[in-house]
Amino acid sequence: MSAPTEAIRHRGLRFEEPLIFEQGADGRTGVDLPDPPEMRDRLGGLAREAPIGLPGLSEPQVVRHFTRLSQKNYAIDTGLYPLGSCTMKHNPRLNEKLARLPGFADIHPLQPESTIQGALALMDRLAGWLKALTGMPALALSPAAGAHGEWTGLMTIRSAHEAAGDPRKRVLVPDSAHGTNPASAAMCGYEVAAVPLNGRGRVDLEALKSALGDDVAAFMLTNPNTCGLFEDEILEQADAVHEAGAYFYCDGANFNAIVGRVRPGDLGIDCMHLNLHKTFSTPHGGGGPGSGPVSLCAALAPYAPVPYVVEGPDGFRLVETDPSGPAFGRVKGFHGQMGMFVRALAYILSHGIDGLRQASSDAVLNANYISAGLADLMSLPYEGPCMHEVLFDDAFLKDTGVTTLDLAKAMIDEGYHPATIYFPLVVHGALLLEPTETESRESLDHLIATLRRIVERALSGDADAFHAAPGEAPRRRFDETAAARRPVLRWRPPATEDRAAE
Amino acid sequence: MRYLPLTDADRRAMLASIGAPSVDSLFGDVPESARDPAFDLSDHAGEIEVERALGALAARNVPAGSVPFFLGAGAYRHHVPASVDALIQRGEFLTSYTPYQPEISQGTLQALFEFQTQVALITGLDVANASMYDGATSCLEAVNMALRVTRRPRVIVSGALHPQYREVTETGLRYLSARLDRQPPDFDGTESLADRIDPETACVVVQYPDFFGRVRDLTPLAEACHEAGALLIVAVTEVVALGALKSPGEMGADIVAAEGKSIGNPLSFGGPYVGLFACRERHVRQMPGRLAGEAFDADGRRGWVLTLATREQHIRREKSTSNICTNSGLCALAFAIHLSLLGEEGFSRLARLNHARAAALADRLDTVPGAAVANDSFFNEFTLRLDRPAAGVVDELAGRGVLAGVPVSRLLPGESEAAPLLLVAATETTTEDDMAALEAALREALK
Ligand SMILES: Cc1ncc(COP(=O)(O)O)c(C=O)c1O
Repeated sequence: MSAPTEAIRHRGLRFEEPLIFEQGADGRTGVDLPDPPEMRDRLGGLAREAPIGLPGLSEPQVVRHFTRLSQKNYAIDTGLYPLGSCTMKHNPRLNEKLARLPGFADIHPLQPESTIQGALALMDRLAGWLKALTGMPALALSPAAGAHGEWTGLMTIRSAHEAAGDPRKRVLVPDSAHGTNPASAAMCGYEVAAVPLNGRGRVDLEALKSALGDDVAAFMLTNPNTCGLFEDEILEQADAVHEAGAYFYCDGANFNAIVGRVRPGDLGIDCMHLNLHKTFSTPHGGGGPGSGPVSLCAALAPYAPVPYVVEGPDGFRLVETDPSGPAFGRVKGFHGQMGMFVRALAYILSHGIDGLRQASSDAVLNANYISAGLADLMSLPYEGPCMHEVLFDDAFLKDTGVTTLDLAKAMIDEGYHPATIYFPLVVHGALLLEPTETESRESLDHLIATLRRIVERALSGDADAFHAAPGEAPRRRFDETAAARRPVLRWRPPATEDRAAE
Repeated sequence: MRYLPLTDADRRAMLASIGAPSVDSLFGDVPESARDPAFDLSDHAGEIEVERALGALAARNVPAGSVPFFLGAGAYRHHVPASVDALIQRGEFLTSYTPYQPEISQGTLQALFEFQTQVALITGLDVANASMYDGATSCLEAVNMALRVTRRPRVIVSGALHPQYREVTETGLRYLSARLDRQPPDFDGTESLADRIDPETACVVVQYPDFFGRVRDLTPLAEACHEAGALLIVAVTEVVALGALKSPGEMGADIVAAEGKSIGNPLSFGGPYVGLFACRERHVRQMPGRLAGEAFDADGRRGWVLTLATREQHIRREKSTSNICTNSGLCALAFAIHLSLLGEEGFSRLARLNHARAAALADRLDTVPGAAVANDSFFNEFTLRLDRPAAGVVDELAGRGVLAGVPVSRLLPGESEAAPLLLVAATETTTEDDMAALEAALREALK
């Protein structure tokens, strides 16, 4: 299983690192455990006979391997990460420390309630903050991420309609919506109908009104929306939705723009998921885990899934099943993402209401500052102030031979993580920049200056160099089409060694 | 506020270059009636205060490591090597996003490729994805995939499947056209699922080892499934078992939906955990979730990218195979690191050690008057039948500082047969003293 060592060439601090499967040796291990006693097994005659094929590595090998891998990643800790819609803000280490307290990290989800009162109190306290910030009376904590929260919210809506003897078939979703919205609606058995935007990057109110009807269960809006704009006709939208007997769902992925300034409940929202991994800064961890609690209005509250925490004379209690009640079921094993709850509450208590409001204000200020710094060179599809992120289209690249993708890859060579590109789908060649509030003015100035230099180069006709970017990263552009055509999704032993082993 | 770099001077200068009179003016699109409500919430606090507040809450819980502890039922307490947590706390892993830009995300992508390979190896299947939220949601996704693959409507669910996995699956199917054939709780291990398979059956869902701890050969069931054109889905709540047992793949499973928490991840009151999802190569285009795959860059160098994205929500929207986006990336990394440390020898030894501890515990508890081990086979968890309701005994023992196990009635309320049953688990963290303490406390309580 040894690596093709002659092929490996490190360059300074840039290491080439083979797969763990290419570096093991039989009999080596990185964990010392006592010898199990000899005994008659009780495995029902199903003891494993064939080896699994895992490589053997010592602890230092494993530590070096994963340390080297880590060095091939861009991260918030290394630089500005202006990935629109994803909210890559600083992840405080205090929150990591607290989530690792044995009183949180080393408790079992099914311990007797008397032994986990602090955990239930923490869930209750976090829920209290989230209910106050959203201006909504109830909250389901258990969903594991944003998309899971969408599904949970829509299941709650569907259950409320079914209970009222009014099952409805359709969910309206704007063209600009994130892909999870229609996907979540489909998982609830709904048909999805699109609602177009108006010329100002907001939902077309008249189109919404004509799409509404007595078969519509919900309208699913992202606000601030995925173009980085506040839906200024949201009260009118809410009235129209409610008049049609539908519920108003809000994708809260962009709540970070308005926390402490606006309560979605005051806008007529009936149901909204929060991404604790965006707004409340639990780390993205290279793709997860997240946490997606759902705020609910009074009419939807009874249908919330189990489990939930209630407070009684003897302290907090968990309601884990509701066989005959209105709860629509269970969406996840156990009680939700406790580790994320601890981090989010630490983030919230650290900021306090004054800090949360300041964070939203600074996030919006920073995005508008970037917009102002680039507006003369790049093209803004929509006028007026933006919220926490600024959306450009690719009109400014017309006839340069440079695409949004090329521009993104050029950012890599300048030490930046690219913006979100080609999302939302409603503008051509979208480039969505979200700086977040945790960037300093100097840092924004550097980003603006860098982007100006990149764009000026594109405009001066340097297309070939753009197509070749990035050149400074651990890898250049990949042939992703070939990778998808004949997918290799796992390591396998080289054929010759395989045969030799048999 | 320590996380906010802008000074008032910065804010004034920035507003000037934007040409806006105030930050409030940037929020001019917000309806007036909804602007700046009053909040009755506390203001910002320093690290010392926050640590004190959360520390006080943590102190009101009894950590598993502070007492003799025997809970399992889908969440098992294992030792996580120190290097796992040190590595996942590296900022390059902790504070990066989903690896959508492969040139600067090779670290995460390679780790996911290794994770997928490990999961495929231990489950005995061809391919695995880059993780789901947890075992229960992975189980639901497996059922949804079986419905797509077979285009049949019927789902048979074993009565020895973890009740929460069953509930999540039931919830997920509630408003879809599938029909659930849910078997009653299989208290005595006599259910026969093969008899229930018909031409409408898309899949059969069983757990291995099952919810009551029993280990059953699934080969005949797999054969029955395949004969009828149905898929066998095997849920695994304790993946350490796969270090000692024949893999589900070897027995003919088509999809394995597992909880990966036991490797690399703390108990954390039930989450975040990591759902494992593995299947046969021929079904790969029907899989949910992200997949890391091998690719070559413009210089012909090997690397990794997210691939087969046309299955996913950001491309296919309402026609995608799942709505999942954010998954359990960092927990999957912890899993990959821990399993790399264990290796073939360590994983097998860990599994045998778990089994040995559980066997020693079963022998001890079987001698207690009023308690009897109900299993003929088990891995690291078994069912103890008591002469009275287990829930009361567990509470009484908690009062004496012993966390004795999970009363089956907690997960199957309303089932009278569940009342006397107690699930008891032992792992490599269980000591002789712990076992002696449980035995003594149980003897006392059952007097
Ligand atoms: C607007 C929007 N909606 C929904 C989601 C899905 O959230 P999650 O990835 O937490 O499932 C995202 C995140 O990518 C998003 O940006």
